Amino acid sequence: MAERTVRIASAHGLHARPASLFTQAVARAGMPVEIGKGEKAVNAASILGVISLGIDKDDEVRLSADGENAEAVLDELVGLLTTDHDA
Amino acid sequence: MDYQGSGIGTGVALGPVLRMPEPLPEPRNEPRTADADEEKARAATALSETSEHITARGLEAGGAAKEVLEAQAMMAADPSLLEDVNARIEGGSTAERAVFEAFAGFRDMLVGLGGYMAERATDLDDVSQRVIARLCGVPAPGVPESPTPFVLVARDLAPADTALLDLDKVLALVTSDGGPTSHTAILAREKSIVAVVGASGALQIEEGATVVVDAAAGLVTVDPDDARRDEAERAIAERRTRAEAPVTPGALADGTPVPLLANLGSAAGAADAVAKGAEGVGLFRTEFLFLDAAEAPSVEAQREQYSQVLAAFGGRKVVVRALDAGADKPLKFLNDQHEENPALGLRGLRSLRASEQILRDQLTALAEAAAANEADVQVMAPMVATVEEAAYFADLAHELGLATAGVMIEIPAAALLAERVLAVCDFASIGTNDLTQYTMAADRMLGTVSSYQSPWHPAVLRLVAEVGAAGARLGKPVGICGEAAADPLLAVVLVGLGATSLSMSPAALADVRAQLAAVSLDEARNLSSVALAAASAEEAHAAVRAALTR
Repeated sequence: MAERTVRIASAHGLHARPASLFTQAVARAGMPVEIGKGEKAVNAASILGVISLGIDKDDEVRLSADGENAEAVLDELVGLLTTDHDA
Repeated sequence: MDYQGSGIGTGVALGPVLRMPEPLPEPRNEPRTADADEEKARAATALSETSEHITARGLEAGGAAKEVLEAQAMMAADPSLLEDVNARIEGGSTAERAVFEAFAGFRDMLVGLGGYMAERATDLDDVSQRVIARLCGVPAPGVPESPTPFVLVARDLAPADTALLDLDKVLALVTSDGGPTSHTAILAREKSIVAVVGASGALQIEEGATVVVDAAAGLVTVDPDDARRDEAERAIAERRTRAEAPVTPGALADGTPVPLLANLGSAAGAADAVAKGAEGVGLFRTEFLFLDAAEAPSVEAQREQYSQVLAAFGGRKVVVRALDAGADKPLKFLNDQHEENPALGLRGLRSLRASEQILRDQLTALAEAAAANEADVQVMAPMVATVEEAAYFADLAHELGLATAGVMIEIPAAALLAERVLAVCDFASIGTNDLTQYTMAADRMLGTVSSYQSPWHPAVLRLVAEVGAAGARLGKPVGICGEAAADPLLAVVLVGLGATSLSMSPAALADVRAQLAAVSLDEARNLSSVALAAASAEEAHAAVRAALTR
């Protein structure tokens, strides 16, 4: 099990377009990934789940993945979350 | 078979019908009888097919629509949603009901988040309806799509529908409900689309049937015979010739000039307006500069924007309306008070006066832009009620370097005292939409009283006549810049009542130009007397149409 903690960079948080980009990347990874904020965690491939976390700019989120290559997958996702897509 | 309704404009269209599917009823909450795995498979297939369909539409649409559609496609393919649907099916729901409830759950979650996400709730509703339609084997609700042009038949169209409508493919609009003031009618007038609204029974017209839509007669003919078809084709060809004819300045049959101007809301439409023969701008709305702004833009920023518009019109006339905030378009920095009746509140010139620096900055920016360009720049104040307000505005505009300053006549009080109002300023421009709202005491944003909102009403026309007569006595111009000017028949009546120029959305220019060229000033005056003598808006419209075709 690989894990990361990340601070969100996008000006409007993880809504709309940044959320689409993120969940698309998770779906491409082909392994279960969870994203959590506070006490709640959801399937990171679910755009509705990700949006329901109400993640804003500068919020801290946890990522976890299980599977071969999980470290590399999380590195890519962290890269996405620390880029400001609304810039 | 013929269906009678109210025609918008004077155009004719001929083509196949596409019907706007009715919204789906909520799937009934009844116990599932099919096997759970079968239902789950049905739901999964409908969800993935819907996702693929929406993705394909997105690729076709491109641009901003593509992003919205991509997000919708992902919602349909969402793994959490599928889990939720499956759990509901196992709990005893049908696939239809499970999909309905699962989407509704996520919808409530989005609404709960508020702001931008709440606005996306309608996207989710749209996806939900599409999936359920697929499960039920019925056409998806919403605006139909077709690679070839069609006549759209609907109960009525909401703004959300028309926003998605590919207007290049729409030959005509036919609605069974709604009247001449419905959203459909307003859209048709603005874009100059042939339309017949309120044609009851029109929903019985079958998909694919060929119809002739004759807006002048308000008639929809299904399966027209050869003679009717030829006649329609001739009328369509004539209208196209008119639209493509070299544009001439607006004038009546006897040569009386009636300058035809454009209503514009930003610099973007200027080139199109010039191409369609606009002889200038009769209403340049400046709100776009201010909407979404936390505070008023600087003099420099405004000057830059105004210059872009002025440059496009060379030496022609451009009438700029000072910021018109309030009622339908509130601006926080001007008025953030809650009002019970915003249409009767602190809006238009009233709110500018309460924040005079914003008005001074706007007039200063405009004067500077005018000095740097050739256009004949004129400025006017919105929502003027009193002679004193008219004098205040004209004096301030003159002081800040604008030579020509007028007022909009939208309030009956200003129309009734038009001669005294015009005595203290340089021109009047009648905003027929607000003038109708205030004359009939019917909120133009309120659907339940929309039947009152017709500028054909003789009471409204009498107020126009007051202003026209005052302008003639004082030798001052009286323009029309409301929607009424875009209706070719009404345009003739307004000229008969004393309007000296007409301003409209550029799409309407060709039809209005052709109609004006067919009547003399004497005839226009006679027609306006016919309209004034009527007892209702409908009677006035019918009487003028009858008199013209006689």
